Parts: sequence; C-alpha cells; structure tokens
Amino acid sequence: MNKERLRRTVMYAAGNNPGLIQNAAIYGADSVIFDVEDSVSVAEKDSARQLVYHALKSLKFPCEIGVRINHISTPWGYKDLEYLLPAKPDYIRLPKGESGDEIRDIDKIITKAEEECGFEPGSIKIMVSIESPKGLRNAYEIASASPRMIAIAIGGEDFAASLKTEKTRGNTITGGRELYVARSMIVFAAREAGIQAIDSVFSDMRDEETLINEVALVKELGFDGKSCVNPRQIDIIHQVFTPSDKEIDYAHRVLNVFKEALANNSGVIALDGKMIDMPMVIRAERVLAIASAAGVYQKEESI
Amino acid sequence: MINAAGREIPTSIQGYKNIIPYAGPFATQPSADARKAGPKLKAIYPGTNKLLQSIEEAIEASGLRDGMTISFHHAFRNGDYVMNAVIKAIAQKGIKGLTLAPSSFLDTNDELIPYFQQGVLVGAQTSGLRNKLGQFLTTNKIGTPTILRTHGGRVRAIESGELKIDVAFIAAPACDTYGNINGVDGPAACGSMGYAMVDARMADTVVAITDNLVDHPICPVSIPQHQVDFIVKVDCIGDPKGISTGALRLTSNPRDLQIAKLAAKVIERGGYFKEGFGMQLGAGAASVAAGKYLRDVMIRDKVAASFAIGGIVGPFCDLLDEGLIRTLFDVQSFDARTIQSIRDNPRHQEYDCTFYANPWNKGPMVNKLDYVVLGATEVDVNFNVNVMTDSNGIMMGALGGHPDASAGAKCTIIVAPLLRGRLPMVTDAVQTISTPGETVDVIVTDRGVAVNPKRADLIENLKGAGLPLMTIEQLRDMAYELGGKPAPLKISDEIVAVVEYRDGTVLDVIKRPLL
Repeated sequence: MNKERLRRTVMYAAGNNPGLIQNAAIYGADSVIFDVEDSVSVAEKDSARQLVYHALKSLKFPCEIGVRINHISTPWGYKDLEYLLPAKPDYIRLPKGESGDEIRDIDKIITKAEEECGFEPGSIKIMVSIESPKGLRNAYEIASASPRMIAIAIGGEDFAASLKTEKTRGNTITGGRELYVARSMIVFAAREAGIQAIDSVFSDMRDEETLINEVALVKELGFDGKSCVNPRQIDIIHQVFTPSDKEIDYAHRVLNVFKEALANNSGVIALDGKMIDMPMVIRAERVLAIASAAGVYQKEESI
Repeated sequence: MINAAGREIPTSIQGYKNIIPYAGPFATQPSADARKAGPKLKAIYPGTNKLLQSIEEAIEASGLRDGMTISFHHAFRNGDYVMNAVIKAIAQKGIKGLTLAPSSFLDTNDELIPYFQQGVLVGAQTSGLRNKLGQFLTTNKIGTPTILRTHGGRVRAIESGELKIDVAFIAAPACDTYGNINGVDGPAACGSMGYAMVDARMADTVVAITDNLVDHPICPVSIPQHQVDFIVKVDCIGDPKGISTGALRLTSNPRDLQIAKLAAKVIERGGYFKEGFGMQLGAGAASVAAGKYLRDVMIRDKVAASFAIGGIVGPFCDLLDEGLIRTLFDVQSFDARTIQSIRDNPRHQEYDCTFYANPWNKGPMVNKLDYVVLGATEVDVNFNVNVMTDSNGIMMGALGGHPDASAGAKCTIIVAPLLRGRLPMVTDAVQTISTPGETVDVIVTDRGVAVNPKRADLIENLKGAGLPLMTIEQLRDMAYELGGKPAPLKISDEIVAVVEYRDGTVLDVIKRPLL
C-alpha cells in the first residue's frame, strides 16, 4: 500500500452487520471501511468491535480495508485501537480530527501495536476526517502529523452542522456552496502534505443525477475520491474519477509531443494548435497514472 | 445403474413406469413409429348448452371416477382459488385415488395435504412443489412417487401418451357462453394461458371455470370453444393480488445487482450479442436486473433482440415498446404490466407450452435461444444445477422451463450468490440434479464467474472483459472457505420423487431425508 494508491471510492460498512461485512468488498470499491463509530449504537460497540476483529482475522478481502474507530476522546476510542490493531487493518480512520496531537497519539499506539504483533513498522496507515472549523484550521497540521497519514476527508454533514447550516445538494451551478471553502482547504492541506483528499458521502441513493454532479464538482476541486455508503454509487463515482478514453488519448499525445520536443531540443511545444507547457505535462502524467491504476490503460513504455 | 449425469438410478421404482436412465440432453428420441396421443373424439351439435350450475355438477358431468388423472394450470400463481375448490368438491363426492397433474403447485396448495392423507389424491405430477405441500410430499409416502417434469417435459409426456389427462379444470379469467377463453380480461386476468392451452387441447374432458362469463364470442380467443366441454360460473376464481405482483420493482439489493451486472457483461461479450439475437431471462431478481444492464448496452451498441421468451416480466415489455426486442413469446405473464402488454401489443404473442419448450415436437422456441439467464438454488463443480430441493433435501422449487431453455440455448448463464446465509451455493455435488451440467455454460456469482471448460470459445471471448473469471473449483473453494463444507444430508432409501429430464428419462431421484 502506498500514498498514491487509487481511492476513488471509500465505502463504509456498518461493523455490527455480518452480512454487510461479508460482502462489502465484492462491489469493486477501491477502499472499504468497517465502521464501529456512528453506524453502531452504544449498546453494540463491543460486539461490533469483535465482529470486525474476527472478519479481519478470518476473511480475505480483495481491496484495502480500514476501520473507523470512535474518537479517542470517547469512552471507546482507545479500546477500539487496542482491540482492533492486532487484526491488522490497512488503516485506521479517525473521525472528527481536530489536532496534530491526536494523530501523534494514535501513531504511538499503532507503533507499539506493530512492535508487539510483529507487523512491519509503519504498515498500518491513518486517514482522518475533518468535521469542524477547528479541524479545518488545523488541516495541514493533521495531514502532516505522521508519515502514516494517507488521506484527509471532509465529513460534510457534520461540518455543515458545525457551521450552523445544512449540507445542500451539490450541483455544478449552485450546490454545495456551504462546503466550497472547506472542501478547497481540505484539498490545499492534503496537497501540501502530499497525501490524498476524500470527499464526504452523498446520502440520497435514488438521486443519481445529483450524485454525478457532486462527484464532478469535487473532482474539479481536486479531490482524489469520495466516500459512499451504498454499493450502487460505486460505478457512478468511478466513472467520474476514471479518465475517459478521450482523456487518456489526449494525455498520451501530450506526453508524446513532449518527449519528441525533449529529444529535438525544441523550446516551444504545440499540440492541435495549443501550446503545451509543464503543468499540462504533469496533468497528463497524472491522468495516465490514474487510468493505469484503474485498469483502463496499460502503460506501453515509460515516458 | 449410473445415468449420464452420474447419478445412481434404481432399475425399478414402485409406482413408476419403466425407467429409462438419462443418457444426454438429446440422446433419447421418440421411437420411429410413435404417434401423438390425443383426446377422445367428441361431437357437440347445435343447441347444446355447455353451462352448468356448479363445480359439483361439472364433476358429475365430466364422468370423473376413482383412479383418473386431473389437471389444472398455475397461471394464477398464489392467487388461484380453483384447484383447492375443485378438489374439495371432488372429495365431498367420495371420489378417490386420483392423480393430480397440474402444470405446477404453489404456496396456496398446502390446503391439499389432507386430501393426500385421505387417499382422495394418490399421486402428483408437476413441475414444482413448495411450502408445506413440498415438505409433506418429501417426507411422506403416498400411493406413487411424485413425478417432476419440466414445462417442456410435461407437454412431451402428454403428447406422447405417458401422461393422460382425463379431466382438465381450467380457471378462465374470461369465458364466453360457448367456451371460448382468454386470460387478458376480467378481475382475475392472468395474461397468457400458455399452460392451459395444452391441457385444453389434450384432455378428454375440459371444464372451464370462470367468474367472468361473457356473451359469445369473446375476442381474442386463446382456448377455442371446440376444445371445451362444460362451463361453470362461480363467484370468484382468484385473488388478483396473488395472480400478478403489480408493477415489478427492480431489486435494490446490491448483491443481486452485482450478479446482474456480471451476467449482462457475459451476454455482451459471450459472442452471440448481435443484431437479432434471441434471449430468455428468468423471473428471479438478478435475472430481471440483468435485463436493465443489458438494455444500456443494447442502446449503446444499437443491438436489438429479435425475440425474447419465457415467463415474461414488465421490463421486457418496456424493451418491446422501445424496439429493443422485436417480438415477445409469452407462456406465462408475471405482472400487471405484462398482462396489459399482451392484451394491447400485437407484437407480444401468447404461445403455448409445446411451442415454448417441448423437446419432442418439430422445434420449440428454446431451440432458437442465444442466451438464457436462470437462477439456481445450488450448482456443483460439474455445472449441474439444483432448483428443486433445499439444503435439507426438501422439495421447495420448480424445474419450470429451466432444463428446457438450458438445453436449447447456445449460452446458458446461471446466476446465484456464492453463499446464502452461510450456505455455500457452489458445492462438490448438488443434492438434486434438475438441470444437467452439460447444458450449462456459465455460472455467475457475486464473487466470481466460472465458464464450463467444454466451452473454450466462451472462455476465450470472455477474457479481457473485466469479469472475475475463475474455475468452478476455485468458486467452490471460495464458498467452502467462507461458509465451511456442508455435511452430507442423512437420507433414507425411500424414493419419494422422480426427476425426469425433458425427454422423459430419469435424471435423478429424490429420497426421503432423515430429519
């Protein structure tokens, strides 16, 4: 696992539901999170913890699996870590992140667990969701608090609530304005720290059109992927985040003319009458990297 | 002896005809001098009144006696009132020893159990058995073993004379005063009369039972007057809520949708997805949903099907209206949308069960199928399918047209979850073979797709399609790893049912489980 791993979709499955856990990873999500936090009632916290532990220990999953723990300020957070780390999830997802100290605290606990269990040091990663103005103000500090950090995410509903407003439907013209600044700041912090940015869930399963608009919006803002709670959304999100044949073809041609220009030592590069400069080359490289990770493009040669 | 499906078949079974073991899907043919069976010659001259006052009167008029065979159709599904009512009336008349040979049984027929216990009924020949009646006939010995036939196999048995129907009682949604029947009008409209059309043509005596008696002549006519002896008007023949499911809602179960998506991909890439292809999709959630995904691909690639067959569901009627299917052949209409379509759209054709699936005629529609997508209770590493018995060995399903369509289609796709609850659905050997593996080409589960190794062409076509292809053994291993290997059932030696292949050979037997 690495920081640049494809995470177009990060799907939650309630940690107290055996049927969901058993099948969560078969729908093609890039990453799956077993949740023992908000989707599990107080009375079931311990049983969910045990179920997730045994699922991690005894089942094989075809994708990356994280565990969303309760925040360490709650009565369950540290116990979640203590119980679940020996089952070696790929990452811990911390909700409601507000400071770098929390991350450093969790990092220490993970380091200790890795030592005790004989896991490769640094192999268990951390993803944090930011759900409050304080967390947002500290977003870069959080994102860079540990080398284990792979992504920060925005918890849209909670964030909107903490602003004393509500999450509106993101569409490309008017929607999602209440999260506009927060989303962008998440992307800034993630990019500065060199990790990924993940958008929050879109909860109306039946409204595919608005979902597509919202995914297009956050992709435009720079996000790497989006959380979801229903497998039906996976294909739609992937479709937006996966480069189209046309984009792949264009990226390919950009890199080819760039390579030619390098070989010929020519200063100005043009393609289809448009000037190609360095940012476009970097973008083309990124398009092909994502396409390759998504399995829709095979690298012919290194460029 | 061991038949061609690898099952041990006894040389004789008490109460069952001479055994011919299954020898392969097309190995057993009618003998060269065989002739079609037919009903008694009868003449009804002008002035005769076919109308009778009650079911009791019709039973008397039909000449029903001890030991005869009677039939019903199952197009009313769980809304049917007729079969139970007629058998109750027969029992009250003291007639005994009857063989009951409906096109299928459904949940509502649990009420018949006492009549089997009392000896009014001593044998059952059917496509399916469900609920408590299925349990009863698996765990009790009645006069003769139950004979399970495919939809096509039942017509073959009737037309070859193996199954002789003395009296057919036909629930008729609309019937005129001289016996013309259709299924599209009236409070109990069920759409196609495809199963009843066979019984009307082949039974010695035909009694129409209707709650919608109309003036002569009716239009359209599905079952013509010249096949009908008597007509009885009753208050109510069925519950519309049980007859059709209303508007069929597409499943939102993500696992079914996952399976459907993979099945649609198999169709798209299997090699037969071309303008004018023919298809059948079963009525299960995943099969129906496969149609939704297929529709997107048909529109994208501008490919239309020339025909679709089977039990028809609403989404198929939408495809017909959109021009993505050129004509439908409908033996059974599953929902209100389909009933409306078969009534109003001339390209939605009613056809009978011999036209659909009978292996011993001059060409049923299943022979022209490119693809069929069907469900399964379980499958095994030899691609055999069980749709008949549950994990306790109890009869709870129906052969239906499953073996018929599988034999006919160029590519048979079986859809099933890899596990139900914690039970593996891909196993070493299915409990009961209902469709032999040599007629099955692709198994699609939520966790992987396996192609019959005999179909190297399909394997080649499906490579690079993004499908999770694996061997059937890998699928089984995955299922066993997740759910554990099920312990074999404890089974007695007592044969309670015979599973006939569509050609009348013995494919498998069902023995009473020791519960």
